[in-house]
Amino acid sequence: MASLNQSDYELLRDTAGRFFDERSPVDALRALRDEANESGFDRAVWGEMIEMGWGGILIDERHGGIEFGYQAMGELQEQAGRRLVASPLLSTAAICAPLLAAGAKEARARYLAPLLEGNLIGALAIDEHRRHAPQRIATEATPDNGEFILSGQKIFVVDGHIADLILVLAKVGANGMGLFAVEPGFAGVMRTRAKTVDGHSVAEIVFNDVVVPDSHCLSADTQCRVMLERALDGARALLSAEMLGIAQEAFDRTIEYLQVREQFDAPLGSFQALKHRAAQMFCEIELARSAVFGALKALDENDPVAPELCSVAKAKSCEMLELVSNEALQMHGGIGMTDASDIGLFMKRARVAQQLFGDASFHRDRFATLIGL
Amino acid sequence: MSLEAFRLETRAWLEENCPPSMRTPMPDDERVWGGKTPEFKHPDSKLWFERMAARGWTAPTWPTQYGGGGLSSEEGAVLTEEMQRLECRPPLFSFGLYMLGPLLLDIGTEAQKAQYLPPIVRGEIWWCQGYSEPNAGSDLANLQTRAEDKGDHWLINGQKIWTSWAHRADWIFCLVRTDTSVKHAGISFILFDMKSPGVEVRPIKLISGASAFCETFFTDVKVPKAQMIGEVNGGWAIAKQLLAHERGMISQLGARGGQRMPPLEDLARRYAGDAAGKITDPSLRDMVAKQLISDRAFELTSKRAKVGGDAAAGVASMLKYYGTEQNKSKFELLMKLAGSDGLGWEGDAFDPLDLTLCRSWLRSKGNSIEGGTSEVQLNVIAKRVLGLPD
Repeated sequence: MASLNQSDYELLRDTAGRFFDERSPVDALRALRDEANESGFDRAVWGEMIEMGWGGILIDERHGGIEFGYQAMGELQEQAGRRLVASPLLSTAAICAPLLAAGAKEARARYLAPLLEGNLIGALAIDEHRRHAPQRIATEATPDNGEFILSGQKIFVVDGHIADLILVLAKVGANGMGLFAVEPGFAGVMRTRAKTVDGHSVAEIVFNDVVVPDSHCLSADTQCRVMLERALDGARALLSAEMLGIAQEAFDRTIEYLQVREQFDAPLGSFQALKHRAAQMFCEIELARSAVFGALKALDENDPVAPELCSVAKAKSCEMLELVSNEALQMHGGIGMTDASDIGLFMKRARVAQQLFGDASFHRDRFATLIGL
Repeated sequence: MSLEAFRLETRAWLEENCPPSMRTPMPDDERVWGGKTPEFKHPDSKLWFERMAARGWTAPTWPTQYGGGGLSSEEGAVLTEEMQRLECRPPLFSFGLYMLGPLLLDIGTEAQKAQYLPPIVRGEIWWCQGYSEPNAGSDLANLQTRAEDKGDHWLINGQKIWTSWAHRADWIFCLVRTDTSVKHAGISFILFDMKSPGVEVRPIKLISGASAFCETFFTDVKVPKAQMIGEVNGGWAIAKQLLAHERGMISQLGARGGQRMPPLEDLARRYAGDAAGKITDPSLRDMVAKQLISDRAFELTSKRAKVGGDAAAGVASMLKYYGTEQNKSKFELLMKLAGSDGLGWEGDAFDPLDLTLCRSWLRSKGNSIEGGTSEVQLNVIAKRVLGLPD
């Protein structure tokens, strides 16, 4: 991995912050939502992100990436979170790119370069239940003479409505699993766009006896589970970084509101009942921040505790963000209930991010299992 | 030497020199406090203390000229990590190490540093601190203990309360009032011998049954002029600085190494685990995971605060608030896990560990009161970090 120091991360943070401020502030999400944009994100903005190399941040140089690593990607995600940026950064750059890079040669050769060049949007199709349960899937890939026949149904596929490439997790045989690169144009693929509460879109995708050539199998052996867990952990830590940004921005706006809004001839922030709750939120955000940084660092260093720390980060971020988004709305009073105020947008995105790739109770259970309890 | 080389060398030295018995949970009464008449209840604790003191590693990051270990802050952090890895007990407990020493290093005169620091490293003086008074708890600046200028000495009259270990301590560092016409700007910081005529100490029995805290009375105690630290009436700034050190110390109560009790996951297995050590009750398992996850996040936060070198008041208050609330919730959880085993007071019907649990649970209630209550910490964060108006 490229060796980055603290000032490199700070530079990236500033660059990303300025870029999103200019090209994708919170108003941009509002506009995408209100004009019922077909993609759900701004393709021009995504193109500029690709030009800056952000699609390949997690990809090593021999595969065409810039190999800055998870901590660097975390800086981008946090800044994106602060502005509620809708983009394929998570689905395409943070999840599909590393899966392709780790997968079998043929699929990688076919898809990775176009993805890094911005010509492909990727989506991971994994969930089948309303609560994240990657070990509990019914979608099946049956080997058949150098091909696989894929059947099943996936829900809550982030960016699945617009993806040019869908990486599908399926059972193979009694105990195995495999990851398959499926194009939406393959016969038997049917997808339905579903608009979610946060202004983003996901897809429900049905695979009806879809013929997938062998060359499109990323992995169907014991390595598959390892690849998938690593990718999911990355996604969890990076989503937690986004959640940190969402929380920090909602919190900063709330503190500012407490300083300027007056009732009973005094700023709201002078009342101890609110001060203490604000201070508690500050502590929770800082704890979550430490957990997120710890998880991203462990991923970069291939530390064996990375899976534990990714669950710590996601569990802590979920608890923290539920608190902060609710308190932010409450402290904004009636204004917080209006669509014109941005605070509600932060809460809406918060809930989607909490559910994605496992909520707090999923990760508490996973953490307990990982440490043998 | 590179940090990695230092780590390996330190690890080897600790493995060689820290007796196995000093890598076990430590009952309260086996703590080494030093002092003029030191007690070593566990025989190996003397050996371990002497080996560490000889390297100055009782105060690892203090300069060698005052007897310290002379380590950089990064090396000091490595030593702490390696000691935690081996679960080494702290060789010496001392308010001199945690509080007075860092303060003197910061603002003491050369003569004061040379006089007071080396005995702290060697554990020769047991220091206690005199802050709180009956009418100065959360409102500490309301303290009334008087120090009158008598020309060649100060004359001290008044009362302190919650003076930890005053009945055992040799010396006290103390906040006193040198000007009654102003509040914060009339406070000074002074050191004196607890054997001085006019000092009287009465231990206070706590809900845990222990008596580590005292009421301390001063009647016409004479203190030499040279024993005032900093400027006359400049004590409040010192007090705030010391409180930050104290909060840092108390916030680390939950950290590994030298604990009274084994770690939570081990106790959870002991009390609620099946034969394979799995917790079968899903609600208890969830509570244990939640606690451990927050503990991990807190550990990472303490480390991040150290790496950033950020000893700002807000950060110290955050660590104090969160660390003590975590510690309290850990003991409440342990009491739930232990069931009736956790409710023993004394006698052979209970395992000693269970008795320790009950006493420690009671003691933990004080964590969010001593050193500034949780509510005071939240006020500090709201004011200093968030800038919320008064």
